[in-house]
Parts: sequence; C-alpha cells; structure tokens
Amino acid sequence: MKHSSEPLFRVVKKTELSGGKLTLLSLFALLLAIFVGGLFILCLGKNPFLVYQSIFGGAFRSKLAIQGTIKIAIPLLISALAITLAFKMKFWNIGAEGQIIMGAIFASYFALFHSGLPHILLLLLMLVAGMVGGGLWGLIPAFFKSKFGTNETLLTLMLNYIALYLIKYLTEGPWRDPASSGFPKIATFVPNAQLDKVLGVHAGWIIALILMVFVFIYLRYTKQGYEISVVGESENTARYAGMNVRQIVMRTMFLSGAICGIAGMTQATGAAFTLGESVAGGVGFTAIIVAWLARLNPFYCLVMTLFLSALQKGSSVMQSAFGLSTYVSDVLQGIILFVILGFDFFIQYKIIFRGAHKK
Amino acid sequence: MIYFLFAAIKAGTPLLLGTTGEIVTEKTGNLNLGVEGMMFLGAFAGFYVGHHTGNLLLTLLASCIMGALGALIYAFLTVTLKANQTVSGLALTIFGTGFANFFGQIMIANTEGGVPKLPENLIAQLAETPIPILGNIPVVGKLFFSHNLLVYVAVVVAILCYLYMAKTRHGLNMRSVGENPAAADAAGINVTLVKYVHILLGGAICGLGGAYISLINGGGVWNNNCVNGQGWIAVALVIFASWNPVKAILGSFVFGAFSVLQFYAPKDIIDIPNAFYVMLPYLITAIVLVISSVRKSKKYAQPAGCSINYFREER
Repeated sequence: MKHSSEPLFRVVKKTELSGGKLTLLSLFALLLAIFVGGLFILCLGKNPFLVYQSIFGGAFRSKLAIQGTIKIAIPLLISALAITLAFKMKFWNIGAEGQIIMGAIFASYFALFHSGLPHILLLLLMLVAGMVGGGLWGLIPAFFKSKFGTNETLLTLMLNYIALYLIKYLTEGPWRDPASSGFPKIATFVPNAQLDKVLGVHAGWIIALILMVFVFIYLRYTKQGYEISVVGESENTARYAGMNVRQIVMRTMFLSGAICGIAGMTQATGAAFTLGESVAGGVGFTAIIVAWLARLNPFYCLVMTLFLSALQKGSSVMQSAFGLSTYVSDVLQGIILFVILGFDFFIQYKIIFRGAHKK
Repeated sequence: MIYFLFAAIKAGTPLLLGTTGEIVTEKTGNLNLGVEGMMFLGAFAGFYVGHHTGNLLLTLLASCIMGALGALIYAFLTVTLKANQTVSGLALTIFGTGFANFFGQIMIANTEGGVPKLPENLIAQLAETPIPILGNIPVVGKLFFSHNLLVYVAVVVAILCYLYMAKTRHGLNMRSVGENPAAADAAGINVTLVKYVHILLGGAICGLGGAYISLINGGGVWNNNCVNGQGWIAVALVIFASWNPVKAILGSFVFGAFSVLQFYAPKDIIDIPNAFYVMLPYLITAIVLVISSVRKSKKYAQPAGCSINYFREER
C-alpha cells in the first residue's frame, strides 16, 4: 500500500521546451481547436468539413477575396506587434484600441487640414503624427504605472473609451463635414491624402511586414529589447542590474502605442478614407488574442493574424451558403481561443499521478 | 428632474448587476474581462426562455445559469488550467458576444415577421409599477418605489453580496483567497473551490444584468448587440465603487445618470457637446484609478491576488 497522504495527482511545471517541440504542440493545439469548432458546427446540424471548406474558400477563392482577407489582417498584425512589445514586459496593455484611435485622429488632422501638401510628404507627416498620437496615449498609463503603480489594465481600458468619444466629439463638432446634411460625419479624405495601393491592397501591408521584422530584431538583437525581457521577467532583477525600469517602461509603451498609432493611420487613410468611430472596431482587442496565441513571437503573429483574418473574411459567405449569420465567426473564434488557451496548460505543466515515481 | 433621476436608476441597474458580479469575481482574485460576454449570454438566454415560456422565474434562472456557464469556462481556463486571465476574459467576451448574436439571429430568422417579442404577460410582470402605499409618497415614491421588479432585485443582490463578503466567514475566506491565496491555502481553505464558486456566482449575477438589458431596455423585442459595451462599463465601475457593492449602487446610478444626461441636461445653461457627457464616466473612473494609486490606499485597491493565477508549487 502506498501511503494515502499522497494526492491522486499533482501538477508540476515543465522545464522549457525546445523550439521545435513547442511549435509542434502549438500546431496540435490549433488543430484540436479547429476540431472542437467543428463539433460546434456539427451540433448546429451542418457538415463541419463543408463549412470549413467554404470559410477557407470565402477567404481565398479569388483575388478579391484574398485582398479582403489581407485588408483585415493589416491593422491586426500591426497592433499585435505593438502588444507583443508591451506584453513581453508584462505590461498588460489592453489599450491598443484607444492607441489606434489616437493615431488615426492625429493622422487625420493632416489629411483633413493640410491635404494640399505634396503626396509623399503628407503621408509621411500623417505617419509621424499617427505615431505621436498613439505613442502619447500609450505613455499615459506607462507614466502612472511606473510612478504610482496605477493598474495599467484598467487605466488603458478607460483610455480606450475616452479616445472613442473624442472621435464622436470631433465628428459632431469641430471636424464635422459641413457638406453632409444628415448624420454627422467627417469628410472623406481627398485622394492626395489616401494611402496608395500596392498589388491591389493599400500599402499598409508593406508597413506591417517591415514592422514585423523590426519588432523581431528589436526584441532579439538590441539592448533595449533585452531590457524589455528583463523587466518582464523580474523588475527587481532589472533594478539590481542597474536598469532604469521607469524609463524602460515608458519608452516601450511609447513605442507600443506608436505602432498602434500606425495601425490607426493606415486604417483611416488606407481603408476607410475617413475618420469614423469604427476606425479601430475591436481590432485592438483581437490583436491581444493574436499576440498571445503567437506566444509573443512576431513571426507567429503573422500566422495567427492570417488565420483569424481568414476566419473572419471567410465567414461572410456563411449566410448565403449555410444560412448561418456572420456571427458564427465570433463563436468559432471564441471556441478556438478557449481550446488553445486551455491547451497551453499541457505545454507548460505536466501532471504526475500517484505512484508514478521516477527513479 | 425626477424624471431624470428615475431614468438614471433605470439605466444604471444593468450596470449595477454587472458591477456586483465582477466585484465578487475580483474579490476572489480573478480579473474577469468577460463581463460583456457573460451579460450577452445572460441577455440571450433570458430573452429566449422568456420568449418561449413567458415564465418570469424560468427566464431569470436561465440568464443566471447561462452567465454562470460562461464563467465556468473562464474559471476552468484560469483556475484549473492557469491560463492568462486577461486573455481568457477577452476570449469569453468574444465568445459570448458571438454566441448571443448568432443564436439571436437564428431566433430572428425563426420568428414570423423577424421581430422576436416577449409574451404580454411577461412584459406586464416586468412593467414599472408603483409599490402600494410607498409608491404614493410624493417625489420619493416616484423616484424609489415605482420601478420595475428587477431594479429592486439588483439592489438587494448588491446589498446581500456586501453583507456576505463583509460579515460572513465564507466571505472572509473568499477575500483572503483574493488577497493572498498562498496564505489562505496554508490556513486550510480550498482555494480552487472558493475561486470556482465565486467566479460562477459572479457570472450568474452578470448574466442577470444581461437579462435586464434584453428584457427591459429592449422594450420586449430582441436586438442583436443589445449589451453594447455595458459590460465594459461595469468593469470600470468596479474601480469607481472601490470593490464595494454598496458603493456600486450609487456608482451605477451615477453612471446611469451620465448615460441619460444628454437627454435631460438644460442645453441653454450648460452647453457641452454630447460626446463629453458620454465620456465623463470613463474620464472620472480613470481619474479615480490614478488618485487611488497615488494615495496608495490599500482599502481602495484591487485585491492583491487579482490577475495572478495561483500555483501551489510555486510559493
């Protein structure tokens, strides 16, 4: 008989997994998630294979569909990269939404009131303005967190709303398009202030890819990137090593916000051609999911972004093909997230059952 | 003025339920950002059952159960599987929102005319009725004793939660789990059980808040996207109320007042753009958050164990 004080099973943390094994397990989690999503579809009385096939088809069947998918992916990837920076530092920034909006507002100022400038100069100005806007909005919670320990999750959440209603104010007040008589809105940008298209999609995708490489190199090979991960691991260690934690937190959050601001700029000037309340439209939240599922790896961010964008785009054909509303993509997205989040446990921990002694 | 305050209470009630639910959840050490999702789940379940049965008790029960089921997913992920609380909560919001809209859309498609309605008798039960005698008191009667049933339910739930957390042993256990799970564990409290129970309880209350939105605010008709961010306001209100359900009563009505202020404010005296009225609650919450952290007051702070998962072997 074993002594009964030993619990039936206990949970211990695994040692770090090798990169290859991690990728394999992550892939398995994704497949499992798709499988569970399929069970949900089965419960609705539809054939999961056909549904998945048509989602995939809806996202990639034609040039136009692919362009649509990429258009969804651009702001998502950029914001996910921004969040990666903050989360690496264990700064739980859920304010990407607000930072996107502020970037869009700042960029729109030039699009609306300085649209006569030379095209390239104007776009560059808008880019910088977007970065400043988003960056400042990211700096606010960083300042209060590092100085007073203010909870950043809750503060960034509030800042999202403040930014959102700032757009509402501008739309109804000072920036209202006098030409629109009915519902108040901001004027459409003149073509000179619109982002050019490259291969049929606005140039935001090039910016996104550049940023992806930048964030990868920044985190992996620069001193500042190293400082971020040290602060993320342990603030005390960072302090002991003589790092200025406050400065690092503020610098990183400015950068994170600035990248979100770029997403806002590309959305306003590349996709919507105006500033509206839906300029961020939940991207800031979905990006958190992307960054997390990608394990804060910039290249995985691209994979997860494409996956979620395809799901979203592909679901738009569900109504006509299966009589399922597009909301099915949200449900599936939720289920997939649950499964992947839950499966993480089996990557990080292992369960040891009673009696299974090593040695 | 009375009409304004009356409308404020009416608009604040779903916030009160959501806030109370989230306070219970956070006090046990879990920041659940899925309030919006759980309210959506409750809103749909409540309306669906109400639409088909017309039974008030079943309706409210269904919304509570559905909210609790949403919370169960979250609890399983964060407590048992130790997943990140922020991301799990967001996932729950995405799921709940999608679920309610998806099945809401099916309900719309299956209803003749495309407008699912609540049965008359249920609407009558939920109508605003003055309480006999008390309702006849001038001003006060109209303001406090002429509401629909769920307003009183919400206030009672909030007070009960306060009493439970502040005055009972179970409440003390639960708060200790929220502040320092390792110490609670050492003291012989079953941390996992306590967390599960209260996350589910919080979810049920949030679900009820969702039901309020679909049953009362919707005017007896189902609308997709009906919760529309109120769950997030509830998360904000938790801070505003400094984790105290009784303060949440006042806080919710203040927030409710802000949300209807633009319809009642004397425009000729104070002329502020509408957007700022709506922004005000968030601005105030942000300021409250900063001030309380500057003052470093432990009393008005988030439970110390919040958003950190407890892993026994990592003490």
